[in-house]
Amino acid sequence: MYYNRFIMERFKDPVNAGGMHGANAVGEVVKDHCNDMTRLYLKINDNNIIESARFKTFGCCASIVSADVTCDLVKGKTIDEALQITNEDVVRVMGELPANKEYCSVMAEETIRSAIEDYYKRREKEAKKKKSTID
Amino acid sequence: MDRKIYLDNASTTYVSQEVLNEMLPCFNVLYGNAGSIHSFGRTAMGIVDKARDRIKEGINAQKSTEIYFTSGGTEADNLAILGVARAYSDKGKHIITSQIEHHAVLNACKQLEKEGFEVTYLPVDCSGLVSLPDLLHSIRKDTTLISIMSLNNEVGTIQNIKSIAKIAHDYGVIFHTDAVQAIGQVKIDVQDMEIDLLSMSAHKIHGPKGVGALYVKSGIKFDTLTYGGNQEREKRAGTENVPGIAGLGKAVEIATKNYSITNRKLKIIRDYFIEKLAEKVEYFQVNGHPYQKSNAIINISFYGVEGEALLMLLDLAGICVSTGSACTSKSLLPSHVLRAMNIPDDIAQGSIRFSFGTNISKADVDYVVDEIAKAVAKLRAISPIQAGRI
Repeated sequence: MYYNRFIMERFKDPVNAGGMHGANAVGEVVKDHCNDMTRLYLKINDNNIIESARFKTFGCCASIVSADVTCDLVKGKTIDEALQITNEDVVRVMGELPANKEYCSVMAEETIRSAIEDYYKRREKEAKKKKSTID
Repeated sequence: MDRKIYLDNASTTYVSQEVLNEMLPCFNVLYGNAGSIHSFGRTAMGIVDKARDRIKEGINAQKSTEIYFTSGGTEADNLAILGVARAYSDKGKHIITSQIEHHAVLNACKQLEKEGFEVTYLPVDCSGLVSLPDLLHSIRKDTTLISIMSLNNEVGTIQNIKSIAKIAHDYGVIFHTDAVQAIGQVKIDVQDMEIDLLSMSAHKIHGPKGVGALYVKSGIKFDTLTYGGNQEREKRAGTENVPGIAGLGKAVEIATKNYSITNRKLKIIRDYFIEKLAEKVEYFQVNGHPYQKSNAIINISFYGVEGEALLMLLDLAGICVSTGSACTSKSLLPSHVLRAMNIPDDIAQGSIRFSFGTNISKADVDYVVDEIAKAVAKLRAISPIQAGRI
């Protein structure tokens, strides 16, 4: 089979698929060469720990499962730990990926960074808002 | 799920019982080499000649010696393009083709470019048709060959072959058409349509894989690509694939004879499919020409959904289709055909090619449409792109 059993099972029933209400970090990555798009929603608490993660993907099986696995990986981790996750970690969980599909796992890694970037931007904005109200 | 529905007849078909019956004795009873002089060899040659006659009748060629057997559609296309371009290179080094050709043609043209030929790749409109004025404008004094496919394998658009051939001949240019998908779906009459060279393949019309043929009008020169024995009038060396050739002959005979009834059946299936799909699924478009089209091939883009993911979900439900997008290939780019038709990449990416055979029932179509509706809904639920907004 083209994809292994783990990927097919997760593709049939992705655990973390769907949007999230009250997410405070949203990352989005579009791959130019294939147009696949993944959006990652994170809820990060005051202790910088990722409480929950969900995703939405427009893409092939490998993209969908990569995003799903990424959500599993980041849950319960601190921001710093989450930033350490690489595409190799994602591939390790997924097992073997077809050779031309490795970019899908890279995309998953990039979404984490993009989401965390968004988180910091939002915090900065909030801080400014607070500051202006105090002033 | 035990139910299996095969909707990928444009990639290959099953071998029909009649074709199989024609082939089987060639494996173990009439197994002579068609080049041998003894009785076994003569019998084999008789089988090859019979197949040649059947193809001649099927496409209305003038003589059966105008048919050259090859290892399939790709070799027939290569032989036509490389063979003719090289044979007439003293007259000119310019050839014309379209952007939506099969890779057997496109990559043969790329090879010619490496050899110093110039190739014009004609654009197509949004329905996949080559424009005749464009063709007229691109013909030059040194143009030797025009190669345009009869019926596109991805979207099913049928070109104005007769007019294109007429234009080619007005300017003294040779005309080749890749009719691998067209045999059995379009009425082919090479004399009436003024076709000089025509490629065909057996496995698209319920014949075996690994065999095809090239029709070359007598009087047209072409160089060989294979060097060896003097089979096929020294144009295609190598021992004749007698069982395959017998199968091809029978398959072409059946496909051309049953052309109108097959088409009528396929049209009913196609219309029913689209009608049902429109009832159950929102936001999709049918790619290709509205009426100058194949009844067997339907290319549909589902908005907000990626083709490969949809293909895999349908596969899990026992439905075999293929993506219009070449995402599974190494390039990962959307199909060159849909790109040439100016379909935006994110729409092209959600395209699926359904190619029907006559063995599909209405109940099958109902099942397929239900499964598509389920799969599309599932993927749209997790897609960041909203279908209605594209």
